Order: sequence, then C-alpha cells, then structure tokens
Amino acid sequence: MNIIIEALIKIAFILLVNLTTVAYLVYAERRVSALIQNRVGPNRVGPMGLLQPVADIVKLFFKEDIVPTAANKFVHSLAPLISLIVALSTFAVIPFGNTIHLFGHDYKLMIADVNVGLLYLLALSSLGVYGITLSGWSSNNKYSLLGGLRSSAQMISYELSLGLSIIGVLMIAGSLQLDKIVVHQGNYLFGFLPTWNIFLQPLGCITFVIAYFAETNRLPFDLPEAEPELVGGYHTEYSGMKFGLFFLAEYANMITASAVIVTLYLGGWQLPFIENFGLSPLAVSLLQVAAFGIKVALVLLFFIIVRWTIPRFRYDQLMNIGWKVMLPLAILNIVITGLIILL
Amino acid sequence: MSEEKSAIIRKKDLSLLERMYIPEIVKGMKLTISQMFTPTFTTQYPDERFQPPASFRGRPVLVEENGVERCVACGLCSRVCPALAIEVQAGETDLGKERYPEKFEINMIRCIFCGFCEEVCPEEAIIMSQEYELAFTKPQDALFGKDKLLVPIEKVQTRLDFLRTNR
Repeated sequence: MNIIIEALIKIAFILLVNLTTVAYLVYAERRVSALIQNRVGPNRVGPMGLLQPVADIVKLFFKEDIVPTAANKFVHSLAPLISLIVALSTFAVIPFGNTIHLFGHDYKLMIADVNVGLLYLLALSSLGVYGITLSGWSSNNKYSLLGGLRSSAQMISYELSLGLSIIGVLMIAGSLQLDKIVVHQGNYLFGFLPTWNIFLQPLGCITFVIAYFAETNRLPFDLPEAEPELVGGYHTEYSGMKFGLFFLAEYANMITASAVIVTLYLGGWQLPFIENFGLSPLAVSLLQVAAFGIKVALVLLFFIIVRWTIPRFRYDQLMNIGWKVMLPLAILNIVITGLIILL
Repeated sequence: MSEEKSAIIRKKDLSLLERMYIPEIVKGMKLTISQMFTPTFTTQYPDERFQPPASFRGRPVLVEENGVERCVACGLCSRVCPALAIEVQAGETDLGKERYPEKFEINMIRCIFCGFCEEVCPEEAIIMSQEYELAFTKPQDALFGKDKLLVPIEKVQTRLDFLRTNR
C-alpha cells in the first residue's frame, strides 16, 4: 500500500513539474528566439508576459475541433494521445535524484526502478513515431501523409545510431539500469574530471545528441512538419486541443530528451565535489535534484538555440548523414570503447 | 563546366573542418548567442511612439495663421492630386487675400501621401504633418473637413522650416 502511495506521489510530482515546464518551455522558446532575432517576444500578458502560456492554453481549448470528413476519426483522435502518452511516460525511468532520506524512510527519486530502464527508454522513444505516422495517415491529406512517412523514415535511420551510441555507455556502466549508470558517473578521472560519459566518450555523446534531435523532430531535423514544403506536416489537419496535444508532446519530448541526455552523458544528478563540503545528507540530496534540474534546463536552452541557428536539412542530406556518417561513427565509438576497456 | 551540368550543385572548396559541420555549428551558435545580448530594435508601440523626422510625410493639414487659414482656394492642390482626394470650394472674404475655401475636404481613404499638394501650393498653406495614426472605423470618418484639417502654425513649424531649407 505504501509503495503505491509513494509511486502515486512521485507520478503526480513528475507530471506537475513536467507539464508546467512544457508550458514555460514554449514561453522560453519564444523569448529566446525573440532575443536572438533582436526582438522582445511575448511581454503583454502578465508581468514580463509570464501568463502567456495560460492564455495560449485557454485559446487552444476554445478553438473549434475540426475533424476532416474523409479522416479516419478513431485513429485521428488516437494519434495525438499516443504522442503525448509516450512523451510523458518516458520520464518514469529517469532518476532525478539520489536516494533521499525523509521521515525515517529512504526514497528513491525515480518512479520505476526497472532493471531494463535503457531498453524501456529506447522502446518508448521509437513508439513515439506511431503517433506522428498514424496522424499523417488518418488525416487523409497528402501533406500529412508525407510528413508521417518522412517521420517514420527518419526514425528508422536515426534509431540505429541512437541505439549504437548508447551501447558505449552500456559497456562502461555494465548495466541497463539508469540509476547505476548515473552512480557510475560519480567517480573522478585524474582526480579532477568527473567521469561523466561526455568526457569518457565525446564521440558517442555527439552522435547520441544528434540522433536524439532527429528523434524529437527538432529543427535541424523537423522534416515531418517542414512548414515551407508540407504546410504543417502531420498536424496540418489538426486544430484545437488535438493540435495542442501534439504541441505539448513535442515539448514534453524535448524535456524527456534533455533528461535522457543529462542522465546518460552529463552525469545525471551527480554534482561533482559535493562530498567535500560536509553538508547534511538531506541537503546533498536536494542539491543533487537541483543540479539535475539545472542541467536539464541548460540542455533545453541548447535545444532552443540550435533551433534558431541551424537551417533545416534537405531530405537526401538527412538520409546521407543518418546512414553514411552517424552509423559508422556510432560503430566506431563502440570499437574505441571496447578497445579502451580491453586495454 | 561539369558543375553546371549536375542537378545538385556541391561546393568543392569546403575544407575538412567545414565538412565536419560541427565546428561550423559552434560558430553559428556563437553568433546567435552573441545576438541574444545585443539591444532589441522593438518600439513598444502603444506605450512609446515613433517621433517622425521633419522629412516625414504624414497626413496633409492646412496651416492656420492668426486664426484664419492661409489657403486662398486657388485649387491647384485639387488639380495636382493624383488620387483625386482633395475638394475645394472657393468663397469671397473681406480679408486681404480676398478668397478663402468655403469647403476644403480631403478624403483620407484616397490620399496617398505623395506630397504633391504641398509642393504645388503657392501660399505654403497645405503641408504634410507628422501625424501618422490614421485609422477609421467608418468611411465617413475619413472625410476630413476644415475642422480637422486646420492646424495652428506653431504645431507644424518644424515642417515649414524643413521646407524652407530643403526645397
């Protein structure tokens, strides 16, 4: 019984934090893009425009929900749900802090401590493509269909290098459990460099980040919704809150992606040299959670800046990079990691 | 040249570093991040308004000097107006100028702000002001009669000075 309550509280906490972050991520994206383009961005609703996300959501709820007559209605309404559920449930296995000691009990700061965490993560992230492809197919619209097809082709090409780059991490940590991978990143190299995987295998980190960008359909790889060529891609025929769900899913995916990148490559909740300050265990745990949050925020900022810096790839360039560059590099990373472990 | 024949034009003179793409991405991101800290160009419109320079051609107005308009109702502005926006009806007056416009109407929907009326006016009586907030809810509102067109000379002095020095 206690376990269930504990899990429910964690789920509620994660959902709350996640959804609020999604709302403010949209705001942050608009503000940052405005700054990059020497504009001001939304600043009218509330102080500094901070209530803009609320206004956006209310607007989306009041919009008419149009389902095209030729669409497959069931799949058309199912698709955004798949996208969102997948985006949110990936967070279940991500450890956002070390074990915390509260009210005489030890609590692990992750929802599900499963021993196949990494596999679960990969499985769900590839499931996300169903939402997009099904929405493209069910809309009965050529642009939507093209977007959906592109999305699935892109996922297939990048899933491979994604999985292969993770293998390097796996070989170092020797476990699929995300918790153990994070713990393994708590040591020091030469006494000063934390053994974060970004320092241990920079090549794998780069391929992983690029592949995950493609996985989240963020800008250098946002071909499924490329506005100039495909109107709106897979969400051309969506309106109202169904479109809102896709929007939410995209940003929730971004948060999940950042959390995964932080967990696998940037040391998760590890805060280097914290044990030297002699803080109480509770303070250390809380600081570690804060460190995780800050790392995720920085990676999110990176996501946003990349979006406003790099132009979209052409489709053939996307495939070229996926198969001819990313895949060999990921395999090379495995070989190098294996050699170093052997020696 | 073989490059022109191929459908896809590839730049051949990229160095290895450029073809690796990642240093170039870092360069681009440096640029975008540095732009984040430069000042914005935005004017917060309803809060702060743009003060146009004297050379700005806003809505045309009639200059009012000592309580009467300078206009002598010669009708040149009406003649020259390419958009046929100006209507003048002349009347007689006991003042030295003998003629005055009984009715002077500019249709602001038609006006194209070319400034020909100002250029052609022999009395410097119709000039372009610096007002630019011209939005109407009804077409009738856009018919500016003498009541709206007459502006005391002090308010348009900058434009008059500009015309003296630059024409």
